[in-house]
Amino acid sequence: MYQLVPVLALSVFVALFGLLLVFLASRFGPRTKPSAVKQSSYECGLEVEKSTTTKIPIKYYLTAILFILFDIEIIFMYPWALAFGDFIQAGHGLYIFSAMGVFLAIFVFGLFWEIKSRALDWD
Amino acid sequence: MGTDILEISINFAKMVAIFLLMVQLVPLLVWVERRGSALIQNRLGPNRVGPLGLTQLLADAVKFLTKEEFVPAKSHRFLFYLAPIVALLPAAVAFNAIPLSHPIEVEAFEWLGHTWGPYTFLFQGYEIGIGIVFVLGVSSLAAYALLLAGWASDNKYSLIGALRASAQMISYELALGLSIVGILLVFNTFSFSEMVSQQVGPLSFMFFGQEVSIPFLPNWGIFFQPLGAILLLAAVFAETNRLPFDLPEAEAELVAGYHTEYGGIKMNMFYIGEYGHMLVASALMVTFYFGGYHIPFITPDQINEFFSGRGHGATQASLLTALVLHLSFFAKIAVFLWVFVWVRWTLPRFRYDQLMDLGWKTMLPWALANTIITAILVLMMRSSWS
Repeated sequence: MYQLVPVLALSVFVALFGLLLVFLASRFGPRTKPSAVKQSSYECGLEVEKSTTTKIPIKYYLTAILFILFDIEIIFMYPWALAFGDFIQAGHGLYIFSAMGVFLAIFVFGLFWEIKSRALDWD
Repeated sequence: MGTDILEISINFAKMVAIFLLMVQLVPLLVWVERRGSALIQNRLGPNRVGPLGLTQLLADAVKFLTKEEFVPAKSHRFLFYLAPIVALLPAAVAFNAIPLSHPIEVEAFEWLGHTWGPYTFLFQGYEIGIGIVFVLGVSSLAAYALLLAGWASDNKYSLIGALRASAQMISYELALGLSIVGILLVFNTFSFSEMVSQQVGPLSFMFFGQEVSIPFLPNWGIFFQPLGAILLLAAVFAETNRLPFDLPEAEAELVAGYHTEYGGIKMNMFYIGEYGHMLVASALMVTFYFGGYHIPFITPDQINEFFSGRGHGATQASLLTALVLHLSFFAKIAVFLWVFVWVRWTLPRFRYDQLMDLGWKTMLPWALANTIITAILVLMMRSSWS
């Protein structure tokens, strides 16, 4: 736990640094009178039709869901990779390899099934 | 952070110094980028302000600060200000966890009528036991900054840019995470400093249970993980949103992507985040595959002895050793930073479906193959065959 104290201290410092930059810019920058046209969203000379908080293509949700699945599977390999050397030295190399092999086979099957079923195609 | 007030304050100052170093490298990198692009495109680049155009950086900084603070009327004010600050965080926190040089040993000494010491100062912000997992976790938080910026701006260009950015970052994170499994299988550690210390000396490995050494090559990770190195390099290009993967800010279609509504210092903070990410990526490449801060064929002890032999005290020699090794680390990082610039001005941009296809259908299967082949090879080579 105490390992994370410096991380917290640095994060606070960086956030304060960022705030300081924004504050300095607001002090040194010119101030002009705001107007409706100036404060409107950037567009190519047109009126903004509607708010952006409406529709997002479904592909992004699918990508996110697939990412969560695969990322958890990959994170699961980290402790295995860490322990691999120790198991080989203890003479249990084939055991730990085959134990993970089953998981990897499912992983590979899942990935290729997804590619085959066109879930990963971007239209 | 330390046992007494001196150690704690030095450790804190060190973290701040590393963060400011990162911030200071940004204008320098922008200069390298401009001059480099000019070199590649057969132009001159900025060369008027100061020697070689170097003081252009200072002028830019002043200009950034004296721009008007502007918030669009329809945006979410709080999130709009939060996004650039969040953009600064991941790179700074991740870069501090990477060892930049050999630890400095300070002997006990008298100061202000008090005995201080002995200390060991790591040449990094902090040592986290699960170094790699920590850096991966923290640097993937960068997606939040882009998403916040895109959402808060209430502009369709920003939102599309942010969506593309986050989809791209999470897609390439899989290949990134998986290509690191290979390096974990070889080194069997999460800690950066242990990984670096395993890369000292000439190339030596187990060949069917027997130790083989090749004296004319350094013991670098690249010789064990050539495919992993290429995959990691390609994935970090996508993670940093640099060309050829800079779809989030494809200016021909999206104006400027997620920072369309940003200007002045707030946009500059996104730049600091992006270049900080490049720095972290280069440091990771060097630490995993190119021996970290070590100079090939020379151990830190040899450098230390060299300085001790010249009449320097133990503390001084240790400090000088750390500085020499730090220079070696920076020379290696500089090569990768140049590669980032070089690639940006050489390759054209992908189309978005090509980008996603490359991430999911090419890099992920190859990273998986790399993991399986590495596991089989490690198992075959390291098992005892007698």
